[in-house]
Amino acid sequence: MSTAQRARNQAQPTPAGLDSNRGPSESVPQKRTARRVSGILVLTAALAALALLSIAVGSRAMGLPEVWDGLTDRASDAYPVVTELRVPRTILGLAAGAALGLAGALMQAMTRNPLADPGLLGVNTGAAVAVVTASYFIGSFGFAGTISFAFLGAAIAAVACYLIAGASSATPARLALAGAAVTAAGFAYVSAVQLMDAATLDQMRFWSVGSLVNAHVAPMLPVVLLIGVASVIGVLLARPLNALALGDATATGLGVDPRVLRVAGIVVITVLAGTATAVCGPIVFVGLVVPHVVRAFTGPDQNWVLPYSALTGAAFLVAADVLGRVIARPGEVQVGIVCAVFGGPFFLYLVSRRKVARL
Amino acid sequence: MTASPLSVQDATIGYGRVAISEHLNVDIPEGEFTVILGPNACGKSTLLKALARMLKPSDGRVLLDGKDIHSQPTRAVARRLGLLPQAPIAPDGITVADLVARGRYPHQGILRQWSPEDEQVVAEAMAATDITELAARGVDELSGGQRQRVWIAMVLAQQTPLLLLDEPTTYLDITHQIEVLDLCAKLHREGRTLVAVLHDLNQAARYATHLIAMRDGAVVAEGPPAEIVTAETVHKVFDLPCRIIDDPESGTPLVIPSARARDGENSPSARARDEESSPSARARDLV
Repeated sequence: MSTAQRARNQAQPTPAGLDSNRGPSESVPQKRTARRVSGILVLTAALAALALLSIAVGSRAMGLPEVWDGLTDRASDAYPVVTELRVPRTILGLAAGAALGLAGALMQAMTRNPLADPGLLGVNTGAAVAVVTASYFIGSFGFAGTISFAFLGAAIAAVACYLIAGASSATPARLALAGAAVTAAGFAYVSAVQLMDAATLDQMRFWSVGSLVNAHVAPMLPVVLLIGVASVIGVLLARPLNALALGDATATGLGVDPRVLRVAGIVVITVLAGTATAVCGPIVFVGLVVPHVVRAFTGPDQNWVLPYSALTGAAFLVAADVLGRVIARPGEVQVGIVCAVFGGPFFLYLVSRRKVARL
Repeated sequence: MTASPLSVQDATIGYGRVAISEHLNVDIPEGEFTVILGPNACGKSTLLKALARMLKPSDGRVLLDGKDIHSQPTRAVARRLGLLPQAPIAPDGITVADLVARGRYPHQGILRQWSPEDEQVVAEAMAATDITELAARGVDELSGGQRQRVWIAMVLAQQTPLLLLDEPTTYLDITHQIEVLDLCAKLHREGRTLVAVLHDLNQAARYATHLIAMRDGAVVAEGPPAEIVTAETVHKVFDLPCRIIDDPESGTPLVIPSARARDGENSPSARARDEESSPSARARDLV
């Protein structure tokens, strides 16, 4: 035995003894809380790094000094690309990713269905139906028009799902069925209109694959404000959702009205997912996969699941967008496609590796 | 009119348009261990749901501390009245301590987060239900009996003077049934008012201090077990011919179902039935 080892062995009894005295009831939750807190810090740092990467990297290759000029010097060649294109795009990526991750986590918590995602509330389909209908009847309209119609459609679809599921008597199972029905009907309608009208198909093609390329023409302030306010309210729902996780009856006993909570949840999810979908088009798998990965790390406490899902969603979407700009230079792959290509198989892997967490 | 902390007054309770109970009147006596019993579909769980404000009477009222329970903020009610439903759901991967801690919900607010008092109450609830050693374990690893004690601890952490338990012994084997009922009796001795729905007549007779027997949505008999557990009442409520003897362990009434005529022609009760030609025996003869 080396001297160093002997010294360690002599030094150890005191802390080890203290540890065993504290018992599992105190040290385990404390250790887990420490892990969750440090996870938030790591995640925030990763988010900052990804945001910088998203500003520095694009289909047009630039050196770091050039990027810096692009941020600070209005007269530089790089300014229009960096400050007017990449910065808004990064902000939109962060906001939309956080919105989708949080909306997915809320949807899964609210319906106690681990396979739920905001799309199940008919948000994506509703937006598509509205955009298609507007293109067919009005013809061409600007991006602001698309956003407005899409948001309206998402909201109407969410309300329709809620009403079809029985309004205040809606149960998780009925919500899921209503969402599936609305989605199927909406999809059929969208396909039919697109087949009938080539011009609509053309306009839709840009929107129906999720992408961040329109960030520079998007009304950034309202988008960020809507998502920001809805996110704060969403995270505040953590504790009643923790009660709801124990079943509707237990939640009632604890002083949560499940009907009121569901209405609040649907409103928040609709604003989050509706805004993201309206600006970016439907981006799938973020809302479904992110909360799964998060729960595997944090456990079932919504106080952690919700903020983690927002941060992880933002990181995931920005990373996917950066990747999409790099892999097909000088062109780019839309972020919706990157998310589906990576999210799909990853989700299959998750489901096959560990049983899907029951909620 | 009474000191009853929880009562149902002239209430019509049901699901949708189907009324299970009409013009029901029930007073839950303070400080008693009340057990509601009756045959399947007699309305006992429906009554418990109405008492727990999960069902709103379409007519009449449920009063908590003299005020309509539905006019009070649900979180305020949750500080007076705890509920253990029949099939609560444990989220995957939740630990015992975390589940018990969720019972503190009605005592917390946006500005009032987790406090040392919460910590203390949760520790006491786990000690009272003898699950302190399980604190760090996952709820899904536990046996049925342990899990039921964890749920009771969660309701105890709610710190309510009133506890409602919907069939707390269902799905448990006999040992764990007795364990849970002993725990309920202890909670009652400590001063809480308990209301439970039970299926087992003899367990009800042994543990309850107040019985409410229901049939077809109405209260048939009400009172201390020693007074109302009679062959006549049991027959009226359950259609079950029986004899009542003293439970040799507890001295409470013990219901012994009569042997059926086919395989017990010579049993004393069968003979007694023939001699007396009781209404039930006559009814059976007609069928």
